Amino acid sequence: MTLKTPFRRRLVNLAMQAVAVVAAFAAVAVLAVMVISVAKRGAGAINLDFFTKLPHPFAFTPVPTGLANAFVGTAVIVGVATLMALPIGVLTAIYLNEFAPRRVAFLIALALDVLNGVPAIVVGIFVFALVVVGHGQSGLAGSFALAILMIPLIARATQETLALVPESTREASLALGVSRWRTTLSIVLPQTIGGIVTGTTLAVARVAGETAPLLFTSSLVGDQLHADPRQALASVPLKIFEYSESPDPADHRQAWAAALVLIAFILLASTVARLLAARSRRKLGITR
Amino acid sequence: MSSIATPQAAARAAELRRRGRFRPGDAVLHGLTLAAALAAVALLGLIAWKVTDQARPAIHDFGLGFLTTKTWDPGTRQIFGAAAFLFGTAVTSLGALLIAGPLSIAIALFLTELAPRWLRGPIGALVEMLAAVPSVVVGLWGILVMGPFVADHFEPFLKRTLGFIPLFRGDPSIFGLLPAILVLTIMITPIVSSVSRELFLGVPRDLKEGALALGTTRWEMIRGVVFPYARSGIAAALILGLGRAVGEAIAVTQVIGGNVAIHWSLFQPGDTLASRIASQYQGASSAKQVSAIAYLAVILLCFSLVANIGAQVIVRRFAGRHPVAR
Repeated sequence: MTLKTPFRRRLVNLAMQAVAVVAAFAAVAVLAVMVISVAKRGAGAINLDFFTKLPHPFAFTPVPTGLANAFVGTAVIVGVATLMALPIGVLTAIYLNEFAPRRVAFLIALALDVLNGVPAIVVGIFVFALVVVGHGQSGLAGSFALAILMIPLIARATQETLALVPESTREASLALGVSRWRTTLSIVLPQTIGGIVTGTTLAVARVAGETAPLLFTSSLVGDQLHADPRQALASVPLKIFEYSESPDPADHRQAWAAALVLIAFILLASTVARLLAARSRRKLGITR
Repeated sequence: MSSIATPQAAARAAELRRRGRFRPGDAVLHGLTLAAALAAVALLGLIAWKVTDQARPAIHDFGLGFLTTKTWDPGTRQIFGAAAFLFGTAVTSLGALLIAGPLSIAIALFLTELAPRWLRGPIGALVEMLAAVPSVVVGLWGILVMGPFVADHFEPFLKRTLGFIPLFRGDPSIFGLLPAILVLTIMITPIVSSVSRELFLGVPRDLKEGALALGTTRWEMIRGVVFPYARSGIAAALILGLGRAVGEAIAVTQVIGGNVAIHWSLFQPGDTLASRIASQYQGASSAKQVSAIAYLAVILLCFSLVANIGAQVIVRRFAGRHPVAR
């Protein structure tokens, strides 16, 4: 009697493994094709003017060709959104991990995950109904919409790092007579800074490219340069969106260049966040 | 905000006070963090309430008939209905899931069972980076690169080979349901594969090794041990992917063509709920139209709440039953 696996079974095994390998490389290939397309078409239009000049006023009139207002607008909108989301996200995570009874923590974590799944366009309509209907569009409204997307990301990332802080650290501090709040703020939280920075960076990378929440909250803008979040602000994703639907090839070139800058920023930010995460995990003594 | 919100916390505070170690700082931090947590949860309720409130006039005017009305006429007739968009959403999302589902599971298997250890990290990171590409950039690429390729090569090919199926009839076009399906496939593959990967990592090693020791091939071990073990979790991963596909607005609106119609040709333009909302941002001229747009958002929200709560509960039950070894 031979112990060799029958040929047909080996063939099926081989075929299925081949499928898995092809699938994984197909996904990587799609990423490569997309990044290369963007880089090839966008690189030519990137120069100093692209960051410092304003857009040309009408299609087919290639005079000044930069997106200065969109870069400033995105920086302001995302910056304000981070200021809104960071405290709420971190405090929520502290409550989840340090104070909440098990069942309450379960429900709040569930709510955060469900909030994370609400489509961005619906969040846009929500902020439109809540703020824009009465007060008009503004950068602040856009920031608020983005902050709603950021809160679950920051809260979950922070909470996961808090959970990694060894219980013995807390007990040691409490045993020395340190109060619970001092223990949390001075002993536990400093150990999670790495996780908070990682989570926030990933959240910034995610929302910097979001278009849908800004459509109804900060889209009706002219091409003047300003940084006042009380008025509607231009943004990079919305400019790409507008230009992508333009008939003018010069607009397409601008869209590709903006897409290249956006992708470079996002991929760089998420890579840095990943490396930071690996470092802070090592610091907490977790090897995986 | 009261600092004593739960019986457990109240008991703890009472006990601390009895022992003379009650610290106001503890109560303040507890209250502050609880307030933040409640605010985050309240957002969910506020979103549901405010979007429904905005849609109230349309809900009043059109009722449930909105779901079966095929017209979207912001002109003089002011008749709005979601049937065409429901159809487009169903076709594009299910189409994308049909491709992305098996693909993602295969990727997850590669990352957990097949790839050499040194390759797992980099490939996994690259697949997740695909998720980081903003939808507007995927859409830009979809219009200007993928669209022409699909119209010139892919759709004529499908027509030649599979033209006997009604799905693959009609004139090839840059804008249509098929480009939307492809774009959505690209966007949901990373999420489905990363959730599946976590699930497969949780399958106990002794079960897998037991199967292999009994003489199964690797594929037989996967089919006989990994899949049954992770079955409910895979369902949840697919639901999460479906939720993403249904809610994606920007990339779809860029490639789908924005056509209010129900037809079986994947080559022809259509529209989805989310994409219709996105495309109306400048044109919402009447109050009735604005509330009809909000009505579309209500439908989307209902679907995403049901899908996400369902999927998350399954994932949690799975994780509770089979603690993922880390």
